[in-house]
Amino acid sequence: MGDLFESYGVGVAWDEMFVAPGLPREASRLLADSLGTVSGADLERRCEEGARSFRDRGITFALSGEERPFPLDPVPRIVRAPDWAVIESGVVQRVRALEAFLEDAYGVGQIFEDRVMPKSVAVTSRHFQRTAWGIGSPGSPRVHVSGIDLVRAPDGRFLVLEDNLRTPSGVSFAIENRRLMARTFPELFHSHRVLPVADYPEKLLNALKASAPKRGGDPTVVVLTPGVYNSAYSEHVFLARQMGVELVQGEDLTCRSNVVWMRTTRGERRVDVVYRRVDDEYLDPLHFRPNSVVGCPGIVNAARAGNVTIANAIGNGVADDKLVYTYVADMIRYYLGEQPLLGMPSTYRLTEPDQLTEALGRMDALVFKPVDGSGGKGLVFGPHAPESELDELARRLRADPRGWVAQEVVQLSCVPSRTSRGLAPRHVDLRPFAVNDGERIWVMPGGLTRVALEEGSLLVNSSQGGGSKDTWVLADDPC
Amino acid sequence: MLTRMAESLFWVGRYTERADDTARILDVALHNVLEGSPVDPTVILGDLCQTMGMRTPPEGLSPSSVTEALAYDPAQPSSIVSSVRSAREAAKGVRQAISAELWECLNATHFGMEPKVSAARSMGPHLLFRYVKERAAMAAGLADSTMSRDGSWHFLVLGRSLERVDMTARLLLSSYRGTGGSPDWATTLRCCSAHEAYLKAYQRPPQARSAVEFLLSDRRFPRSVFHALSSAESTVSSIGSPKGPAGARDPALRILGRMRAWLEFSDVDELMEDLPGALGSLQEACAGASDSLWAKLYRASGVSAGAVQGSAAAAVGSSRAMHWERIDGGRPDADVVHQPQSEPEIPEMSS
Repeated sequence: MGDLFESYGVGVAWDEMFVAPGLPREASRLLADSLGTVSGADLERRCEEGARSFRDRGITFALSGEERPFPLDPVPRIVRAPDWAVIESGVVQRVRALEAFLEDAYGVGQIFEDRVMPKSVAVTSRHFQRTAWGIGSPGSPRVHVSGIDLVRAPDGRFLVLEDNLRTPSGVSFAIENRRLMARTFPELFHSHRVLPVADYPEKLLNALKASAPKRGGDPTVVVLTPGVYNSAYSEHVFLARQMGVELVQGEDLTCRSNVVWMRTTRGERRVDVVYRRVDDEYLDPLHFRPNSVVGCPGIVNAARAGNVTIANAIGNGVADDKLVYTYVADMIRYYLGEQPLLGMPSTYRLTEPDQLTEALGRMDALVFKPVDGSGGKGLVFGPHAPESELDELARRLRADPRGWVAQEVVQLSCVPSRTSRGLAPRHVDLRPFAVNDGERIWVMPGGLTRVALEEGSLLVNSSQGGGSKDTWVLADDPC
Repeated sequence: MLTRMAESLFWVGRYTERADDTARILDVALHNVLEGSPVDPTVILGDLCQTMGMRTPPEGLSPSSVTEALAYDPAQPSSIVSSVRSAREAAKGVRQAISAELWECLNATHFGMEPKVSAARSMGPHLLFRYVKERAAMAAGLADSTMSRDGSWHFLVLGRSLERVDMTARLLLSSYRGTGGSPDWATTLRCCSAHEAYLKAYQRPPQARSAVEFLLSDRRFPRSVFHALSSAESTVSSIGSPKGPAGARDPALRILGRMRAWLEFSDVDELMEDLPGALGSLQEACAGASDSLWAKLYRASGVSAGAVQGSAAAAVGSSRAMHWERIDGGRPDADVVHQPQSEPEIPEMSS
């Protein structure tokens, strides 16, 4: 064991690499050995080189208009094949159930009739879109791409923290991280068989093409971006480039007679599939915010007329609502007749008076989340919040119980990470990306591991000072 | 390709070339000042500011104040630093339309400017000029070796070619004026990387007539005005301007073709009679061709030019609000910009 891990300690959280100090898990032993031979100075040099490469290639995310690097931590996160098998089948199961739910919620509403979930929960969600009624043919995918956030509890089980069925981002970082790691730490790969992630764009393109309205010929797919100031612009560029399709902005599109066209130097060209990275609210000023300049007026009607596919579908946000999330296990049983393969931290429905009372009684032990928040925005950690903040929060919970859920705090698992004082445990989550082409749901073996670079922090979001790690799903048979 | 992207690519080409050429022009002028030209340095520098369409710096005309303004000042729209930044901003909006290598080159060049500027402040501006020239050559080389000859590449080359015509005209004007008509032409040629090529062609030291002839009309040298005009002409042709049964139908192609023919079939002595006038016509031709082209492309893609440009300008800030801006950052009125200007006047042929 080299000096990099010399002072590495293991806390109460599940450590992905070590069972105890100096004792790596079986699957991580070779990685710990090879990393151990790297000196601290060498590690710093390679990280600097990597950071410069990301900067020069423009692999950044934007925060309040400012381009920032998304720091890549040099220690990969390893997922063993048996663990991955659970994650993969669990994610597929969940996406199938959520697809069924969305079709039902924007269709006959059988789940409400059967009293598995109250209709009021769905229609009071801020992201429930009446507009979505009647768009898309029955059985066609709505969740072309999903990024379901998982965490690993101290007992080693993976739990679902939130569903992202709208415009989940981060897949480009997962792929670029792999590329950079292979360049800056080639020797780490020698002793492992890591499943490849580079074929994601191909899978995505195939799924998008498969979803195109049938009118003969090779469908034209575009990626719709809000523009260079969007936080994920660099990812939009990446996906368009890797799929070989145009990256358009709202101003490049025009609708006539319910058909979407893009403006090219050789006149207008018909568009069949729009992989949009623009939120519902901004997508079409005729149906949503009238002052949106990043959308395409008329695109919703074109989709309803069956002339263009919008991916992901409009209205998926209802399934991301954190109160709706509390019903997903029921959905899996109801729609699929299966038991959920992935657990969830126990979550309080504050709309139910007894649960609200109970949650208010132990605020200092729970985490409170706005139902429509993402990116870690608005989260209140009871154990860390001062009393005055909790009092204020209690008032808001009573005033708007539909707006919040309360959840048991999960000690996220840890992976050794580079800090100013050598390698130390830092909390991580995992976002596997799944692509639904209508026939099959494919989960990219890897996903994005985000890491909270602050000591003890449970907030891994990039907007909250998080970094990321290369995620290695190991092949079944070691080499 | 998307019209918006075509426009940005055109600007990537122009700004990259502009950064390169501004470095070259400034290099010549500073040489002329430092190497004891008989002309008063403030006259040379004053002419340079005028040529580059820039106001005299408030702290007066000195090599350092002019270098500051034209090379280092990020607030000066025609400075080298600004051009490099603008090239990168324009490229950012079309990242997937250019090769990853070209994007990385432009992006890294932008990030490299700050350290180069501080080094140049202490060790002399040539350091920066050299960096910018090398990076521009790298960008051009990457565009040529990593991009398909499709729309993207054509618009990039068109921007580069038109800017080169315009800037070479400015360089000639600056050299011609800056030394009362008898500049050190070897330096001017060197700054276009043309000195050796010139010597091979003429085998005698450069004089005004031969140097001007070489830089304006040489068929083989890639930085000559003739060469750049021809390249712009063939690019506009490829972009899709069918020639009609009688001559070119496309207004931009007409302007460029006429200008190219005028250069090709004029005697250098005729050009020398009114060199500033001839150079002015070249610059007007660039502006006229650019305006006609964009007006036509935006019409073809079914939008009024103003609508798209308005939003494009809002998105990218002031960096590319219009198609042909004056180098001083002064901009014609919006309604003038979006209309094709009347074709530039071609000087009468003397019989």
